[in-house]
Amino acid sequence: MSGPAEASPSRRRPGDILRFATAGSVDDGKSTLIGRLLYDSKAIFEDQLESVERTSRDRGDEYTNLALLTDGLRAEREQGITIDVAYRYFATPRRKFIIADTPGHIQYTRNMVTGASTADLAVVLADARKGLVEQSRRHAFLVSLLRVPHIVLCVNKMDLVDYAQDTFEEIAGEFEGFAARLSVPDLTVIPISALHGDNVVTASENMPWYEGPTLLSHLEHVWVAADRNLVDVRFPVQYVIRPQSAAYPDYRGYAGKVAGGVLKVGDEVMVLPSGFTTRITAIDTADGSVDEAFPPMSVTIRLAGELDVSRGDMICRPHNQPTAGQDIEAMVAWMDERAVLRPGAKLAIKHTTRVARALVRELHYRLDVTTLHRDEGASSLELNEIGRIRLRTTKPLFTDTYARNRATGGFILIDEATHRTVGAGMIL
Amino acid sequence: MVRTDYRLTQLDALEAESIHVFREVAAEFERPALLFSGGKDSAVMLHIAAKAFWPAALPFPVVHIDTGHNFPEAIEFRDRRVAELGVRLIVGSVQEAIDSGQLVEKRSSTAGRNRLQTPVLLETIERHGFDALFGGARRDEEKARAKERVFSFRDEFGQWDPKNQRPELWDLYNTKIGNGEHIRVFPLSNWTELDIWQYVERESVALPSIYFAHRREVVARDGMLLAVGAYVTPAEAEEVVEELVRFRTVGDMSCTGAVVSSARNPAEVIAETAVTRITERGATRADDRTAEAAMEDRKREGYF
Ligand SMILES: Nc1nc2c(ncn2[C@@H]2O[C@H](COP(=O)(O)OP(=O)(O)O)[C@@H](O)[C@H]2O)c(=O)[nH]1
Repeated sequence: MSGPAEASPSRRRPGDILRFATAGSVDDGKSTLIGRLLYDSKAIFEDQLESVERTSRDRGDEYTNLALLTDGLRAEREQGITIDVAYRYFATPRRKFIIADTPGHIQYTRNMVTGASTADLAVVLADARKGLVEQSRRHAFLVSLLRVPHIVLCVNKMDLVDYAQDTFEEIAGEFEGFAARLSVPDLTVIPISALHGDNVVTASENMPWYEGPTLLSHLEHVWVAADRNLVDVRFPVQYVIRPQSAAYPDYRGYAGKVAGGVLKVGDEVMVLPSGFTTRITAIDTADGSVDEAFPPMSVTIRLAGELDVSRGDMICRPHNQPTAGQDIEAMVAWMDERAVLRPGAKLAIKHTTRVARALVRELHYRLDVTTLHRDEGASSLELNEIGRIRLRTTKPLFTDTYARNRATGGFILIDEATHRTVGAGMIL
Repeated sequence: MVRTDYRLTQLDALEAESIHVFREVAAEFERPALLFSGGKDSAVMLHIAAKAFWPAALPFPVVHIDTGHNFPEAIEFRDRRVAELGVRLIVGSVQEAIDSGQLVEKRSSTAGRNRLQTPVLLETIERHGFDALFGGARRDEEKARAKERVFSFRDEFGQWDPKNQRPELWDLYNTKIGNGEHIRVFPLSNWTELDIWQYVERESVALPSIYFAHRREVVARDGMLLAVGAYVTPAEAEEVVEELVRFRTVGDMSCTGAVVSSARNPAEVIAETAVTRITERGATRADDRTAEAAMEDRKREGYF
């Protein structure tokens, strides 16, 4: 950990992380599917299984309910519903998976937005007997609003429709039509039976007509590295490292997580808001210096010359700068049950490493997430409602559109009185 | 022209995320501290914290809530790491709180002193005015943890309210708190036990010796192997045997069980872990088995 040495060569070996969110209406089989993935990939342990078997018996279930594996808190177990985002983990030799398990109830848009915000991929479930319901459209819309780059529609309970190809094709076709109206870059549709395991981990013998991958195989192979923005250099300064020690008397490094682009030693860069240009003299990590840094690496950058750079500043390239401004147009998902969003409201805004105050100047419309209808007469947004707003901030923010970069296009709104996180914004 | 093979391995991505969390707290809070138990998760946490601020020293102290029933190897390890890093150590002592009459210890063979740690922890937080505490908990450890945020809000009484958590989006953490409130921060939230061991191996993170196979006198109780010593006295019917064992967590000696093992280093532990069919806490922590919702209840009260 001392002295510059070559960074570990293991940095680029395969075996990365895939984060995915799951969504489905109640009883579509989401918990069973997750239980199945964990169980078949051997992420379930004996004592967990025993505890689930015990609970199943106590509740009088006639079979061991794999869904119980994913029901976390006692309140939920008592009510028999999932009420909040829960994170699950499993790994195969190819990849580590982080599941954001989000409940499908209508009132919990908040949780889906939260789960989707960090997801590389979303698994949306539909019941083969029911086809697409309002909820499926809503989920697909939210996933596309949050710009999750890959969507998988799992048509579940195929065993209950005799594994019929035409039923599957019909649902797949309808969903593809709907997805085409949203911006969904990559859509895959898979017929499965979560209960029996068809096409989840092992290919189904009951559906020889299906030639695509199983769900797990798709999750293992989907290519996500290119989803990050590697073009626009964005480095929000998070923390200034100044040891002022005998060994490092003059060291001054700007620590942060790369939000976009590839930074290279020697690059000419600009620091915002000052507008000064300089050069990157070193990119440090505790394991030694590296030649380049890309998202989502956490590194420390040194710059040539004496500069006044602090937390909240943005490092970019002189000829590729983010928008600097105090007027923000955004889609916002309101997440608070106590307060409502109204024009005139004042809130705190956190965007990258910058915090400011924001005034809601205008609510252009509220969006119906099922019909995509815009209600321009709306005067407020309540919990789980989504709308387009204009904000005025007390100081400039350095932004990109959310569509171009999720890291520099997303922000949260915080109520200054209650300190609650009340909104999530996506810059247009 | 843009290369598309810019990606991080699992451990590098996890480390980068944890480093980001450490820096965010150091930047936004006045008085953070790191909870250090001497266990492997807190050893890894401390290791990453040191990397996050390199080449500067850690900008916060380390806090240990000492049950008085600790493995001597863990205390020794704690003191060594603290000295190596040159950080300040603050100890909150359960024993002192009992001796001074602040706490009353219930006699129970399996509960141990875990529950008594909570008031001492909260008192330590209050006395030092800490506004953010790093904990080494992982979401894969336990069902209640799976739903906890990375930045987990605690009210003036140190309580966690699972139904009233702040939504956590992207990597934008809400760090706002009022007087007397604090945040528990879990930089290792997304790590699994296997990730921890692979990282220990890759980074040569030092651990207390009891994590590796050694001979020890144990007694089988409640389906666990407990180390015979000052805090575990064999009952008449219990047979004391010497076994080759290691510990998978480092807790209170009176309720942390050993597993039979011949793993002498991280690589061998990984090999064993890869075939293990019992979760870490289920196998070796009597305190978590008492009730199905044991952890959830303790967390609500302000436990780690
Ligand atoms: N026949 C059949 N039943 C299923 C399948 N997947 C789930 N189920 C059943 O559907 C019900 C709801 O499943 P659950 O996983 O709890 O749904 P969730 O509400 O989406 O989490 C349970 O009775 C499951 O056993 C399937 O593929 N086939």
